[in-house]
Amino acid sequence: MSRAIALIDGNSFYCSCERVFDPKLTGVPVIVLSNNDGCAIARTAEAKALGIKMGEPYFKIRDLCRRQKVRVFSSNYALYGDMSARANTVYRQFAPDVEIYSIDESFLDLSDVRERDRVALARDLRSTVRQWTGLPTCVGIGPTKTLAKLANHIAKTIPELGGVCDLSDEAERAAWMVGISVGEVWGIGRASLARLTAMGVDTVADLRDLDPRPARQSLTVVGERIIHELRGRACLPLEIVPARRKGCAVTRSFSSRITERTVLEQAVAAHATRLGEKLRRDGLAVSAVTVFYHTSEHDRGDPMRAVSKVVHLPEATNDSRHLIQAALHGVAKTWREQGPTPWRYSKAGLVTKDLVPLDGAPRPLFGALDREKSGALMAAMDACNSRFGRGAVVPARAGLVEKRTWSTKFEMRSPRFTTRLSEVPRVFAAQ
Amino acid sequence: MSLYRVGAAAADAGGLVRIPFMLPTLCAGFPSPAEDFIEGALELPRWLVPNPPATFIWRVRGWCMKGAGIHDEDLAVVDRSLSPSSGAVVVAVVGGEMSLKRLVMTGNRLSLTFDNPEMDEEFALEDLEEGLLWGVLLFSVRWHHVKARASLVR
Repeated sequence: MSRAIALIDGNSFYCSCERVFDPKLTGVPVIVLSNNDGCAIARTAEAKALGIKMGEPYFKIRDLCRRQKVRVFSSNYALYGDMSARANTVYRQFAPDVEIYSIDESFLDLSDVRERDRVALARDLRSTVRQWTGLPTCVGIGPTKTLAKLANHIAKTIPELGGVCDLSDEAERAAWMVGISVGEVWGIGRASLARLTAMGVDTVADLRDLDPRPARQSLTVVGERIIHELRGRACLPLEIVPARRKGCAVTRSFSSRITERTVLEQAVAAHATRLGEKLRRDGLAVSAVTVFYHTSEHDRGDPMRAVSKVVHLPEATNDSRHLIQAALHGVAKTWREQGPTPWRYSKAGLVTKDLVPLDGAPRPLFGALDREKSGALMAAMDACNSRFGRGAVVPARAGLVEKRTWSTKFEMRSPRFTTRLSEVPRVFAAQ
Repeated sequence: MSLYRVGAAAADAGGLVRIPFMLPTLCAGFPSPAEDFIEGALELPRWLVPNPPATFIWRVRGWCMKGAGIHDEDLAVVDRSLSPSSGAVVVAVVGGEMSLKRLVMTGNRLSLTFDNPEMDEEFALEDLEEGLLWGVLLFSVRWHHVKARASLVR
């Protein structure tokens, strides 16, 4: 049996999730915006045809969208996360070994499937995902991850292939590679692309034919690995068991600039609350947090300031209250009174590394935190928030969710169709 | 009775394992941007939902399916993996809107009808192209206690 890896991904995934629940979105241009409704991060084919680029700032295309009746949505991550989980459940029924690479891409191990059956399986998978979840996908198959990714690119660009492309056959592979730009190869970024062009490497075939050893000098080890992978020699294994979380971060851009200390404190406290939730979910704890906040690089001419402060805790904890204390301490140590032209802060966050399992964390001899009471209180808070919706119970310093003026904006978000009973879609039984 | 979540990775054959809605771990590639927005998923007992990834909940608006025992404000639990048969209640796109109708097969002709003795209009399905039929109703839910519903359907 030859090794075979499939890459399956959703077509315009975020847009497709929106389309599942609203038939009026079929056939019309749809885009989804990033946090704070900043940039277009997902576009349907119709939106791409209007010339809307990936990552284009929304304010630049607002008029175009209005003129062309583009349907614009804020990111609805509750929905996209749920739809992604559904899709991966279906994938696992076709191939038990699945590596979830990102929210809309998964690698499947098809090595145990007979070579001549792989395309049929991929077609079956594709139509099952479409039928069960409503999501359109494309599948690329190859002996390595890089080739699976390339096959997926071909499946996406050549409609005649019906959404599936198999590059298992070496001759067929070679024929495709001559016609595809080297920039389409997984892992070739803008910098390496410029270097490759200077070397006269234009197509995927050119890259494959480079001598890997000398290529290492100009393209680093990563480039050398890509060449091996393009030749069919697998260098990247399927990561079926995800790596244990090593660090954790909660960072947000504010919907508008912050100049007041109390508002910044509230934001940082809210981030600390969220950090606590994330840590508790995994049974992890931290003994230090880095607090940062800064002004925006887009505010040219305004005074600039970027602050980062490490705060140590008496012992490892995941109690939101202790994390808030630490975060506020970080602000207190670094806050500078505003002058006549104030610093207008655009983003704040908490970053932690060296996560440890709470149970195994060493206890200090003196000044230990009350872990038992804390655990019970935090569990009660988490239970309330899971039962009544996130933000139902918050530490006072973090402020009520509805009253946080700085919260990331999602003004055009669709309902959380699949995770909130109060927001499930409506079906009409009416004349 | 074990609970599990619609949309969750399916449990083992015994249905006793409750797998978290989304694995709280790192992706090898890009960390999920959804991670900070993951919600507790809607929970239903396992025996009610044979195929969670294909099961979706809708809220019914209107009285046209009263004859099928489906009232205004009921929840419609729809399984997209079920194949429609004559007499099935389905969610379908009619006039650009999601509509709950009864599917009637007479010979080769497929049509959608209301199910309310007080109305008898019939919609003919000209052609059944992909996407027109959204899913098949598995069951519906109605709270008979108004206060209980208010507290549950937040």
